Amino acid sequence: MIEINKLSAGYGKGEVLKDLSLSIGKGRLLSVIGANGSGKSTLFNAILGIVENASGEVSADGKNTKEMSRKELARKIAYLAQGKSVPDMTVGQMVLHGRFPHLSYPRRYSEKDRKIAENALLQTGIAELREKPMPSLSGGMRQNAYIAMALAQDTDYILLDEPTSYLDIAHQLQLMKTLRSLADGGKGIAAVMHDLPLAFGFSDEIAVVRNGRIEACDSPERVCASGIIKEIFGVELLRNEEEGYYYYKLVRAG
Amino acid sequence: MKNSAISYPKKNRTMLTVGIIFLAVTAFLGITLGSTPLSFEEIRLAFINGFDSSPGGRIFLYVRLPRTLAAIICGAALSVSGAVIQGVLANRLASPSIIGVNSGAGLAVTICTALGIYGGWQLSLFAFIGGFSVVMLVSLSARKWGASRGTVILIGVAMNSLLGAISDAVVTFFPDVGVMSNNFKVGEFSSVTYERIIPAIILILLTTVVLLTLTNELDVLTLGEDNAKGLGMNTSLMRTVFLLLSALLAGCAVSLAGLISFVGLIVPHAIRRVSGSKASSLIPQSAIFGGGFVCLCDTVARTAFAPFEIPVGIIMSFFGAPFFLFILIKGKGGHSRD
Repeated sequence: MIEINKLSAGYGKGEVLKDLSLSIGKGRLLSVIGANGSGKSTLFNAILGIVENASGEVSADGKNTKEMSRKELARKIAYLAQGKSVPDMTVGQMVLHGRFPHLSYPRRYSEKDRKIAENALLQTGIAELREKPMPSLSGGMRQNAYIAMALAQDTDYILLDEPTSYLDIAHQLQLMKTLRSLADGGKGIAAVMHDLPLAFGFSDEIAVVRNGRIEACDSPERVCASGIIKEIFGVELLRNEEEGYYYYKLVRAG
Repeated sequence: MKNSAISYPKKNRTMLTVGIIFLAVTAFLGITLGSTPLSFEEIRLAFINGFDSSPGGRIFLYVRLPRTLAAIICGAALSVSGAVIQGVLANRLASPSIIGVNSGAGLAVTICTALGIYGGWQLSLFAFIGGFSVVMLVSLSARKWGASRGTVILIGVAMNSLLGAISDAVVTFFPDVGVMSNNFKVGEFSSVTYERIIPAIILILLTTVVLLTLTNELDVLTLGEDNAKGLGMNTSLMRTVFLLLSALLAGCAVSLAGLISFVGLIVPHAIRRVSGSKASSLIPQSAIFGGGFVCLCDTVARTAFAPFEIPVGIIMSFFGAPFFLFILIKGKGGHSRD
C-alpha cells in the first residue's frame, strides 16, 4: 500500500497540497478527481519526489520513499505523466525502456528484459505494433504503448496522470477496461481523471481533491450520493440504480 | 523473440558495414589524392622507413595522414556531438554550430592563442570549457523559459553573434592572433600537426566510448522529463553529463579545425532518417559517416579547384545551409510535440 500522510507540497513559494492524507491499495483502482489547479498532478509528483518542496510522509509497502533511491522507487511505482512527448522510436524499443530502473550502469537489456517487454506488449494487445514508430500511432495506441512500458517496469503500483486525455470515447473505454483488469490482477492503480462517469464507473474508490486537500475518499456510490460533485463542478452526477452506470444531469441553458 | 523489433535490427548492421566501407574509401582518397598524387608503394615505404622516407612518403606522413586523421576525427566528433545535443534538447534543428557551442569553443581558442597557447591538451581543455559554458547556458535558458525549438535556435543565433563579436574584439587587441583568420572562422585542416591532433583524438575516442555506454540513458531522456524521472533517472544530472560530453567533442574538433559548420546537423539527421533515432545505432553511425563525410569534403576542397585550395568549411556550408532550410521547411525539426 502507498500511504500518504500529511503531505504538503508546492512549487517555489506557493503551497499546492496542504496536509493531504491518502492511501493507494494493491488490487484497487483509485480515481483522483478535482477541478483544474486543485493539485491532482502535484499529488502524483509529490509521491514520486519530483516536487522539491514537500513535507510529510509517503511510504510504499511500509518503506519511507525518502529513504528509497529514485531507481528503487521506480521499481515500486510506475508513473505515466500527462502531456507526454512522442519519442522517435519504435513501440518495442520504448516498451523495453520500462526495464530501465532494473539495470545498473552500463545498462544493457538482457533476454529476460526483452521477454518481460514482449509480455507487456501482449498483455496490452499491441504486440503486432512493436515495429511501428511511435509518431505513426494514433493517440489511443500510443497510450497503450505507454501502459505497456509501465507494465514492463514491473511495479506494484501505477500512477497515471489524465490517461484518457485526447482519446475518443471508444479508446477511453478500452483504456479503463485495461486499468480495471490490471487492478483486478493485483496492481494498485491511481489515475487522475476528468471524465466523471468513466471514473465512477470503473473505480473502486474516488478521491476528491479541492484546494490541495482530500475532500472525500470513498466508494463511487457514496461520493456520488454525498453531493460534493455538484459543489465542486456545479453539475449533478447521477447513478442509474438498475445498471449501475453514472451520467451527468445536464440542463440546456435558457 | 529474435525477429522482434526489440532486438538489434539487421538494417543497422548493414548501415554500419556500409559506413565502414565509406570511411575506408574516403580515407584512401584523402591520403592518395592531392597536388602530388601518392601511390600505394610510397605509402607502404613511408610506413617502413618512417620520417626518413622518400618525398612522397614524407608528404604522406607530414601532410596527408595528419590531415586525413583530423578530418575524420573532427567529422566524427561534431556529428556525435550534434546527435547528442539534438536528443537532449529534443530539437532536430540544434547542432554544435547552430546553438553556439562551436563559437564558445572558438572564443576560448582565440583567447588561448592570445595568451600564447597554440596546441596540446590545454587548448582542447579551454575549447571544451568555452563550448560547455554555451551549451549549458542555452539548455538552462530553454528549460527556464520553456523555449520552443525555434527560440532555442534564435538563442543560438544571438550567442553566435555575441561570441563572434568578442572574438573579433580579442583579435583587435591582439593583432598577432592569426587564429581568427577567415580560415578558422569557416574551418579547415591545412595547419594541423600531430601535436594538436593526438590530444584531440584521445579525448574524442574516450568521450565517444563513454557515450556508447550511455545510449539507453539518452533514449530514456527523449521520453520527456517526467517519464524519464518516473523510470528512475536523475534527469538533471544526465542532461548535464550529456551536454558536457557533447561540448567536449565539439571543443576538441574546434581546437583542431576551427568553426566547421553544419556537419553536426546534416549527418545525425540523415542517419535518423535511414536508421531511426535509437542512440545505440545513431551514435556509432554518426561517428563513422560523419568522419567519412568531412574527409570527403576536405578532399574535394583540396582538389576540386587545384592548384587553389578552399577551406573545407565552405564546402560544408554549401551542403549544410540548404539542408538546414530543407529541415525548417519540412517542419520536422523536433519531436512531434513541442
